[in-house]
Amino acid sequence: MVGLHKSEFKNPVINWIDTRMPVFTMMQKEYGSFPTPRNFNYFWNFGALAMVNLVLMIATGVFLAMNYAPNSMLAFDSVERIMRDVNWGWLIRYAHMNGASMFFIVVYVHLFRGLYYGSYKAPRELLWMLGVVILLLMMATAFMGYVLPWGQMSYWGATVITNLFSAIPLVGKSIVTWLWGGFAVDNPTLNRFFSLHYLLPFVIVGVVFLHVVALHITGSNNPLGIEVKTPQDTIPFHPYYTIKDSVGICVFFIVLAALVFFAPNFFASPDNYIQANPLQTPAEIVPEWYFLPFYAILRSVPNKLGGVMMMFGSIAVLFVLPWLDTSPVRSARFRPIYRQLFWLLVISVFALGAVGAHRPQGIWVVIGRLATLYYFLHFLVILPVLGKLERPLPLPESISRPVLGGGKMPGGATAKPMEKA
Amino acid sequence: MADTAAHSPHPGAGHGPGDGATKRDFLKMVAGAGALVGAGAIAWPLIDSMNPSQDVLALSSVEVNLAPIPEGSGITVLWQGKPIFVRHRTAAEIKAAEDVKLGDLIEPQSDADRVKAGHAQWIVLIGICTHLGCIPLGNKPTDPRGEWGGWFCPCHGSQYDTSGRVRHGPAPLNLYLPPYAFENDTKIKIG
Repeated sequence: MVGLHKSEFKNPVINWIDTRMPVFTMMQKEYGSFPTPRNFNYFWNFGALAMVNLVLMIATGVFLAMNYAPNSMLAFDSVERIMRDVNWGWLIRYAHMNGASMFFIVVYVHLFRGLYYGSYKAPRELLWMLGVVILLLMMATAFMGYVLPWGQMSYWGATVITNLFSAIPLVGKSIVTWLWGGFAVDNPTLNRFFSLHYLLPFVIVGVVFLHVVALHITGSNNPLGIEVKTPQDTIPFHPYYTIKDSVGICVFFIVLAALVFFAPNFFASPDNYIQANPLQTPAEIVPEWYFLPFYAILRSVPNKLGGVMMMFGSIAVLFVLPWLDTSPVRSARFRPIYRQLFWLLVISVFALGAVGAHRPQGIWVVIGRLATLYYFLHFLVILPVLGKLERPLPLPESISRPVLGGGKMPGGATAKPMEKA
Repeated sequence: MADTAAHSPHPGAGHGPGDGATKRDFLKMVAGAGALVGAGAIAWPLIDSMNPSQDVLALSSVEVNLAPIPEGSGITVLWQGKPIFVRHRTAAEIKAAEDVKLGDLIEPQSDADRVKAGHAQWIVLIGICTHLGCIPLGNKPTDPRGEWGGWFCPCHGSQYDTSGRVRHGPAPLNLYLPPYAFENDTKIKIG
């Protein structure tokens, strides 16, 4: 479609730009008048929060990189210098460190929302899969970022995680050597992790863009899980959801500030304030909290290759989730049995988190295996079967009906901002 | 009531166009200003982190032993990452610097103002050309020192006299003086 855009903006400068490159029209369409289901609850804040969090991580990260030295001889000291000598360095590093934890909290809630309200179902399968890609990229970025301070946990975390690949038959050993750039985690490993830790966030930005593009084609899901039917079911994104998101963003920053200023090392391991020592493994190797459930799955399987495959499988299963869940009903509100089993899944994930934080012995082994079993049972067996057996509750006629109090839906002449829906 | 929400873009605002300032306008301004202050508060630590850090500021002074510097030549020491010229001037060089008419100078300044009283044989300068930041030549007697016997900048040909005053452009100003003091006759502390 070649040709100038007919811009409706009054401001001559904006109009001039918009005529040649209609970004203002695009923003107005996608974030101004964009028709959005009127019944969002606060769970629908978390996409915007994740976006804010990503920007925060990139901003603080860029400034940290100005003072960080990606060399095994200098890395630890350069981080300490950031903490002691660089103006506001302590604040920037603590914001980045706790920002990573906040990012996973936000994204896990976002994922929880998607699972509970069935946001992954047709036609939003691709949107969901792009989200899983973002999750994987985040995990890789977080893991490599954690190696950079070159403390004991950095070093041994890097050693353990890269050694996962040694479970691959035949080529495993060579792959690990290739990942390290040597015969142990060392300076070449640190260099490449720094390079990739700087690169991947921008890859995430790219996939987030695709995620949003896909979202704006299908439109948002909503707590009822039913499609938007009439313009009465929607309200324009601005000002209604810009304001609602702003409330969430304020709460987000309050929580982040509480962590940064009052408990900056709440999620951190004291061992990581000891410089990396390739000759001594710390007594307790524990990954960052956001990896604990996956770590627990790894340890629950008494076979090296099996454990690694189950761990990666726990994410891979999310990719095919849209086809595993056979129920046409999205929202768990109308799926009485799914709703209970869903909470069982949540409990098993939390249990796995607790298992990951403890030594694999006694009762923790049993809990870990049961929770792992349920995790896979839930996705691979229960969801395909349940969709066929469960009798869902009657779905409401429309989104607006429960909101507007049941009366007959007004037809025909509707409000202006709604007409685009 | 619910229908109002669907039909009016500004439910509950209670104003039409042309009412002048409303409560909503006020709230918008306060919210916008609040967001701006917040963004500024977040941006400032990031911006300020690019200023010299505490360890850089700590490297603020350096001591120089003058005893080994022979008459007629100078040395370069590093202070805050910058070259500092410390030159032992000959009697002829001092006289040349003192006898110049201030009117002949590009940036008029007497030689007495550029050395410490009683230590006229020592000139201490920040060795950075005031044109575009190159390091002029002239500390060693064998260096090109320009027509006025001081320093000569190889980048664009600026020339300085034995007091470090610019005598020939394109440099616009005399070489800067670092803060320094004599600890005794053979030792100075820069910074």
